[in-house]
Amino acid sequence: MNFEITVDGRAVPVVAGQSVGAALHAAGITSWRSTRHEGRPRGLFCGIGVCFDCLVTVNGRESQRACLVRARPGDEVTTS
Amino acid sequence: MTGYDLVVVGGGPAGVAGALSAAQAGLRVALVDAGPRLGGQYFRHRASSLPSGRGADRFVRQCRALRTTADLLLDHKVWAVERDAEAFTVHGMAGEEERPVTLTCRSLLIATGAHDRPLPFPGWDLPGVFTAGGAQALLKGEGVPVGRRVVVSGTGPFLLPVAAGLAAAGASVAGVFEANGLLGLARHPMLAAGKTGEALGYGAALARHRVPYRTRHAVVAAHGSARVTHVTVARLDPTWRVLSSRTVECDAVAVGYGFVPQIDLAVQLGCATAHSADGSPVVVVDEGQRTSVAAVYAAGEPTGVGGAALAELEGRAAGLAIAHDLASRSGGEPVPGVLRRRGERLRAFARALQEAYPVQPGWQSWLADDTLVCRCEEVPVSAIREAMDLGATDARSVKLLARPGMGWCQGRICGYAVSCLAGERPQATRRPIVQPITLGCLERIEDEQPR
Repeated sequence: MNFEITVDGRAVPVVAGQSVGAALHAAGITSWRSTRHEGRPRGLFCGIGVCFDCLVTVNGRESQRACLVRARPGDEVTTS
Repeated sequence: MTGYDLVVVGGGPAGVAGALSAAQAGLRVALVDAGPRLGGQYFRHRASSLPSGRGADRFVRQCRALRTTADLLLDHKVWAVERDAEAFTVHGMAGEEERPVTLTCRSLLIATGAHDRPLPFPGWDLPGVFTAGGAQALLKGEGVPVGRRVVVSGTGPFLLPVAAGLAAAGASVAGVFEANGLLGLARHPMLAAGKTGEALGYGAALARHRVPYRTRHAVVAAHGSARVTHVTVARLDPTWRVLSSRTVECDAVAVGYGFVPQIDLAVQLGCATAHSADGSPVVVVDEGQRTSVAAVYAAGEPTGVGGAALAELEGRAAGLAIAHDLASRSGGEPVPGVLRRRGERLRAFARALQEAYPVQPGWQSWLADDTLVCRCEEVPVSAIREAMDLGATDARSVKLLARPGMGWCQGRICGYAVSCLAGERPQATRRPIVQPITLGCLERIEDEQPR
């Protein structure tokens, strides 16, 4: 069953089984983090948990790799 | 007291075949994988479907058989392996709550696969730029094309299934840019290895979707502010220096220059390594996939990138050898000659591919002073050159002076490029912790009973 998660208060649709990163990218949200030093935008890059570019906060858990964390109904995702 | 006869790390073609062969020989086996489903990267598939592609039916049958003969620990990330006189202790984290899990075993099979080897270029950290494998993972595992108009660039035959998959999913593929030259058809390793049908299939798929395929071309810069909007595609000389360039509009790029074998666990345990034809450090194994460390075996890409068919074969050979070795049977040959001969053929094919699609040094001429090499620590080319001026003579001293590879990914993404810039082949990196682990997880390890 498909459902929604909340990303910075905005509803984002999820196809069941998708990762948080895939749901964000599919919704047209391609960057959700900025780098420490230069504030560069970052989103998915390696897609398999190697690069850590896609870090996100899920239900208060910080620094989660969005490409690995599966989205669940009611998840609240916050980006920096 | 040891729990398992064998713990297999990795649930792709090598790990599944290895675990199944060993379990069918009567061993008590656990297979551990970080993902939610078996398949690894090659058989990556969506939650709602089965794996597809070459060998998928056999892989599905193997997985079904494995479920009844071994313990499957999915969603388990292995972060370290320790060894004492009698056994190995495998440390992992289970699930998103990162519950510590400790396994003990008499032997260990490392089947941890590989990841993309990207090269840095101006703008490669813009959102919308993906590794080729990342684009493939998003499509196969999640059903999401990376963009509506995509450019595929890099070197090697892996670019073809990535482009064909995106086109079939409805994306407009604005071009496949292969940095190396067009090989004479008769000389091409895919044809020599009897893979004509596979090569032609991708060619036909690209032609059907009117995807331009250009050799001696590559994406040398990506442009945009919040997301890539266009790329510079260059025509290259044989060493990859830019001859001329033009602009191609796109909203996503998939870039891949081969693969980096994941050998962290083997290096942790002290296994001997060597360099493969493409310069990557790989684990040295014998015909039974035995590493230089007793009771440690490796199969699939950690022993040299060679694709799914070879990985499966090596997994089977490892499983048979492990069963043979644990029974302490002297003499006799645990791995049938036919397996070994097929393995030799596939390895020769893999080597030919690596030699046909080398990374040429001219890529360094694509870099500007401010091009980031290390994405995590935001280290530009200029800082690496400063470190060299200060006296750094290898990647390790560059790292200590300029910090490339000191961030989250621990050099997995930039390591190859930093080594090339420092003028050496990539060395096997020692990472005592191969997955980031929370202090909370570390704290709870004491409570965990080994199994």
